[in-house]
Amino acid sequence: MSSDSHDRGHHDEGFIRKYIFSVDHKIIGLQYGITALFFLLFGFSLMAIMRWQLAYPDTAVPIVGFLFGESGTLAPEQYNSLGAMHGTIMIFLGVVPLAVGAFGNYLVPLQIGAVDMAFPRLNAASYWSYFVGGVIMISSFFMPEGAARSGWTSYPPLSIFENGQTIWLISMVFLITSSLLGSMNIIVTIVQLRAPGLTWMRLSVFVWAQFVTSFLLVLAFPPLEAAAILQLMDRVAGTSFFLPSGLVLSGEIVDVAGSGSPLLWQHLFWFLAHPEVYVLILPAMGIVAEILTNNTRKPLWGYKSIIYSMIFLGFCSFIVWAHHMFLTGMGQAMSAFFQTTTMIISIPSVVILTSYFLSLWGGSIRFNTPMLFALAFLPMFGIGGLTGLPLGLAATDIYLHDTYYVIGHFHYVVAPGTIFALFAGIYYWFPKITGKKMNEMLGKLHFWPSLIFMNGIFMPMFIQGLAGVSRRLADGGEAYAHASGVLHWNEFMTTSAFLLGIAQLPFIINIIMSLFSGEKSGTNPWDSTTVEWAAPSPPLPHVNFDSEITVYRSSYEYSTPDAKKDFIPQTEK
Amino acid sequence: MEVPYIIKEREDTGLINSKLGIWIFLASEIMLFGGLFSAYIFLRLAAPPGDFARWASELSVPLATVNTLVLISSSVSMVMAWASLKLKDVSKYKMYMGITLLCSLIFLIIKYFEYTAKFSHHIYPSSSTFMAIYFTLTGLHGIHIIGGMIVMIYFWLPIGNKMWETQPELFTNRVEVLGLYWHFVDLVWIFLFPVLYLL
Repeated sequence: MSSDSHDRGHHDEGFIRKYIFSVDHKIIGLQYGITALFFLLFGFSLMAIMRWQLAYPDTAVPIVGFLFGESGTLAPEQYNSLGAMHGTIMIFLGVVPLAVGAFGNYLVPLQIGAVDMAFPRLNAASYWSYFVGGVIMISSFFMPEGAARSGWTSYPPLSIFENGQTIWLISMVFLITSSLLGSMNIIVTIVQLRAPGLTWMRLSVFVWAQFVTSFLLVLAFPPLEAAAILQLMDRVAGTSFFLPSGLVLSGEIVDVAGSGSPLLWQHLFWFLAHPEVYVLILPAMGIVAEILTNNTRKPLWGYKSIIYSMIFLGFCSFIVWAHHMFLTGMGQAMSAFFQTTTMIISIPSVVILTSYFLSLWGGSIRFNTPMLFALAFLPMFGIGGLTGLPLGLAATDIYLHDTYYVIGHFHYVVAPGTIFALFAGIYYWFPKITGKKMNEMLGKLHFWPSLIFMNGIFMPMFIQGLAGVSRRLADGGEAYAHASGVLHWNEFMTTSAFLLGIAQLPFIINIIMSLFSGEKSGTNPWDSTTVEWAAPSPPLPHVNFDSEITVYRSSYEYSTPDAKKDFIPQTEK
Repeated sequence: MEVPYIIKEREDTGLINSKLGIWIFLASEIMLFGGLFSAYIFLRLAAPPGDFARWASELSVPLATVNTLVLISSSVSMVMAWASLKLKDVSKYKMYMGITLLCSLIFLIIKYFEYTAKFSHHIYPSSSTFMAIYFTLTGLHGIHIIGGMIVMIYFWLPIGNKMWETQPELFTNRVEVLGLYWHFVDLVWIFLFPVLYLL
């Protein structure tokens, strides 16, 4: 193997083989990343239209108003469509593919010193399955029936009768297949392809996070696939898995065999969708750990407790799903059980977050752009997590369920939480991917407005939610007297949302500008210890490293006493 | 530079990549069928008492018994096919793989007659919740059978088994992985048979 070391990475491949139907994990990771960023932008625009409607119900939507008929304002069905598609696109086409597909694919083999993923062709199949699923999902906007409009949760019986749902289900089957292929690949890669010397307790937190995440995807997605098959049968074959006997639709009893149960869908759906929450947050925690420890120049505080907490979090996430269903009348015993497990699962999250805060103590912190985003993740995720506790208790959930409080809660977890961590990751690993550093000035111009406007959008949602304003109302709750005192926040939130959109411009400019004229970064611009920084920037096609990798030490040896430099790479003897 | 541990096991895990991969895939398959079996239990509990048993009596137990035997035989011949490769006897491999294919074909033909018998009595998935879950579970299982058969045909015909000439070990591993999948598909039927036909 060493004999070919001088032509490692030299392959003559055509453009299409190299950049389109590539089997190189780095190209596939980039394909995932670029596609997912476009979907994030698209999902954001859907939200912007909805927010316009909420703030200015009678004014035509600017620029794209002509899409919604003569008045230029959204009809309630159109509002529902945008809401359902915003959720679906952001979660299944945006954040998860970016966190697992892009970051996982690109970085896991690099951080474990491997040449590629274990199954390169399966990896390509995973991306293309995701791509096809995405195209189908977007195409539903142009179908005569229109896009799905039953929320991203697709609760029956409504979803069985509403237009557009069939396409949504077919697209989901592709997206689930993609996730399954990708996560199986990540698990096998981490188990099998770790470099010599890289034992489990020497793995970086990011790799551990991807490992646990992949198990969640492998085990939680199939029940949703089962549920999607059943719902497809209900829509196409006239079965009644989710339709009870004597269901009345528009004043007439629906002609089906009956004796099905809408609750069954909710159980199967949340059996996926609660672990999915941890799929959204664990990779983000992994990224933040890497950046925090690198920029505090200290070993991560409580490495082992973080790893064990992540594993515990993974297990527990399978036994909390019904806390989304306290109001369904499933019974006191069930509620008591699930509220107990929900309180238990908050412990490992707090352990992880506390370890991160303690890691900052006594460090000589470098406030560069990735670090700013990573630091902002901590309080933002903290707010998101803590506001979840009242939702996990059955008594308080009765009041808060399906209000804007819920929307505020999970957006704090995902938007200024996960998405900030993903931004941090992009700024941090951009030099490895391209060999160029991103501009710090533009980075800060991206960070500070984003932080302010994110809070501008989501903080008022708590106020509205506590006042009792329901989610998923096309008029934002105008019809309800109790909402009248808090609806004036809508304009503030909408303005924040549009300004948040503008605040992403420095980011886009930064990426394009740095690609062409960024400062050259060298192999290890952040003086980092983990294995990926031993590879050239960008890493060599198909083989990554210019020599075989051997690992000699644990992942974060910063500021070791008596050492010559303040960091010792894992690959150094 | 090739990805390592395709043919030789990694020392500390004792596994080749494909074997670990197929086990994780099977774990996800267990969750898929597990979800559907849970749905069955949930729906049976919610249905009017006796409803499921009454509809289940429409199914033909003798045909399903024959099918169970056919599938178990196919699992045996699948193991024999793999063992023949381990003993480097390709002609026996082709025979046993042929028998496995034949068994799975017989299974599908019997299933076809079962389905058409139901349709001719105007029993469809929409007739009752039991029939809905029956057609969904056996249909999904049937798709798994067809998927397995496609791979078997590939490994049976020269286009797939010419790999034996160049990389015998890799080919044997692939047949083993296919075998693991096939046993799982049989196992699903072993659960489906009592749950749908006998209970």
